[in-house]
Amino acid sequence: MSEKELGKKWDRCLADGAIKLGTGLGLGIVFSVLFFKRHTWPISLGSGAGLGMAYANCQNNLRSHYMLHRGDKQRGSTQC
Amino acid sequence: MLRACLRGANATARKNYRRIPLTSLQQCRHYTAGEGSSASKVVVAGLLTVSGGIGGTVLYAKWDRLCLCVCVFSLEECNECHEHKEATAVHPAPTEPMKERPVEEVAARLAQQEQEEQDISASVSASLEDSLASSAKATLQAIGAQEAALQAIMQHTDKLKEAMEAEVLPEEKSNQWKDLEAALADRTTALNDARAALSKANESLDSLRSVIDESKGLKISSVRPLVLAAEENLHNMVVDLDKMVMKCFCVLAGKLSTDDLNALIAHAHRRIDQLNRELAEQKVREKIHIDAALEQQKLEDQKALDSAVNTALQHVKEEARLDQERKLAELREVMEAEMRTQLRRQAAAHTDHVQDVLKVQEHELKAEAEQVLSSKMLEQETRYRQLTQEQLDNFTLDMNTAYARLKGVEEAIDSHVVAEDEARKAHQLWLSVEALSYSLKTAEADVPTVPLENAAQAVRDSCRDNDFALALASALPEKSLQRGVYSEASLRARFNSLRSLARRVALIDESRNSLYQYFLSYLQAALLFEKRQEAPPSQLSSEDLDPFKLLSYASYCLEHGDLELAAKLVNQLRGEARRVVEDWLIEARLTLETRQVVNLLSAYANAVGLGTTQAP
Repeated sequence: MSEKELGKKWDRCLADGAIKLGTGLGLGIVFSVLFFKRHTWPISLGSGAGLGMAYANCQNNLRSHYMLHRGDKQRGSTQC
Repeated sequence: MLRACLRGANATARKNYRRIPLTSLQQCRHYTAGEGSSASKVVVAGLLTVSGGIGGTVLYAKWDRLCLCVCVFSLEECNECHEHKEATAVHPAPTEPMKERPVEEVAARLAQQEQEEQDISASVSASLEDSLASSAKATLQAIGAQEAALQAIMQHTDKLKEAMEAEVLPEEKSNQWKDLEAALADRTTALNDARAALSKANESLDSLRSVIDESKGLKISSVRPLVLAAEENLHNMVVDLDKMVMKCFCVLAGKLSTDDLNALIAHAHRRIDQLNRELAEQKVREKIHIDAALEQQKLEDQKALDSAVNTALQHVKEEARLDQERKLAELREVMEAEMRTQLRRQAAAHTDHVQDVLKVQEHELKAEAEQVLSSKMLEQETRYRQLTQEQLDNFTLDMNTAYARLKGVEEAIDSHVVAEDEARKAHQLWLSVEALSYSLKTAEADVPTVPLENAAQAVRDSCRDNDFALALASALPEKSLQRGVYSEASLRARFNSLRSLARRVALIDESRNSLYQYFLSYLQAALLFEKRQEAPPSQLSSEDLDPFKLLSYASYCLEHGDLELAAKLVNQLRGEARRVVEDWLIEARLTLETRQVVNLLSAYANAVGLGTTQAP
């Protein structure tokens, strides 16, 4: 169902964000712990990077329908 | 001896007969005059001829024994005569070529002859006895009759003497004479009887004599004594009879002597005188009486004459009348008879004529009748033919009409069948369409209907030859066939949930689809309030293209069951909202399409059904 797509997208977004955030956080923590002597900036960098990635991913995901891909040029006319 | 007897009898008879006529003639002459002599002559002549004939025959027979046999005896004895003759003829020449007879044969012949002789003797004796008896009876009768005659004669003579000699009154005399006449009559009757009896006796005696002669002629010795006895008897009888006859005749003949005759004559004369005297007296008396009576008679005569005349006249008239009547009757009878014969003739002629005429008429009538019959027959035949032809024509007409009607009926039935077929098909179509439309209603909340494939197939089946329906049936969307369609209610419900989503992404489209826009759109949705349901205008202006408005219009339409308009309105959504309601729109479109097709089919089926359905 088309109405459930958005919901699915949001779910994915959140899940992805959560993962990315977590991963970023984790990596940041790791990096911070490991490489950056427990500075908080890698954590925030990591989480921020993660969050940003997640945001970008979500947006991209949400826009995906409106974006024409290379392969779609041929089917662009047919799609509506 | 027989012949001697015969001759003697004849002689006596002749004598007697010769004598008797004289005396009887004498007597007769006394009473009846002038007839005796010629009669006696005739009688005598007859007797002489008869006796002469008999004597001649006897003499000739004596001369020729054969003739005697033939004349007098039976055939047996004649045969024997012949035999005897043969025997006598043969015996003199036994040494002829004829063989001598053997002894046995002779003995047999002798025995046979003896037997025959015995038989013959027996028969002869019997016959002799019979004839003897009869002749004896007759003779006795004759003798008796002669005696009676004798008595009568004596009586008569006595009476006569008495009458002659006695002198008594004339009346008594007349009585006496009357008695005498009676006595005479008696005498004559007695004499006749005696004569008859005598003749009978003579006859019987003659027969006896003949029998005796026969038996004599047999020349059988055993018979001889019988024959002799019979001859003796015969002789005796004859003698007695002759004696009696002679006595009678003697009495008749010699009863009156001359004195008696004289006395008789004298008496007769006296009687005559007396009678004459009486006659004279009588005459005188008579004359007086007659004169006296004449006068009276004359008077009476006149009277009587008239009456007599009258009566005679009457009688004559009567007689004449009767005669006339008789004559008339006779004539009438004769006439009647003649008339009858004539009538008969006429009747016969008439019948003949009638027969002829009838025959002719019959022919004519027959010919006529036949003609009439033939004409009638012809008429009948033609009429019959006509009738049959008519009948045939009628029948063919009827048949044709019936056939035509049958054809018509068949066609009607066929068309009816066709119509019914059409009707059935229409019914089926309708039913299948109804089924289809019913199956549309099977959609429950959020569950689509059953796949309409079966119903659609049923519809397609029920409208094989109906292009329109077929086209319609095949216009059903595939999705609905495979998966079924959602009901309006489910769509409505879905829309209600969709609406909020569509409101939230109302701001998102191709150009604005970042996450920030999403946030803004969500904010907008949270802050903007529109009427839940708003009646859509008949024409959409540009400001009505606002998603919120559109959604409220669509809600209103949905609430009022106008899915089509709702779908149209929803179709106006752009951007992400459109993308969100895309599926719903598709579903709505599907449902609408299906419903449209089904409605069309139903309408068509109804129309067709209405067209073909007949009120039962």
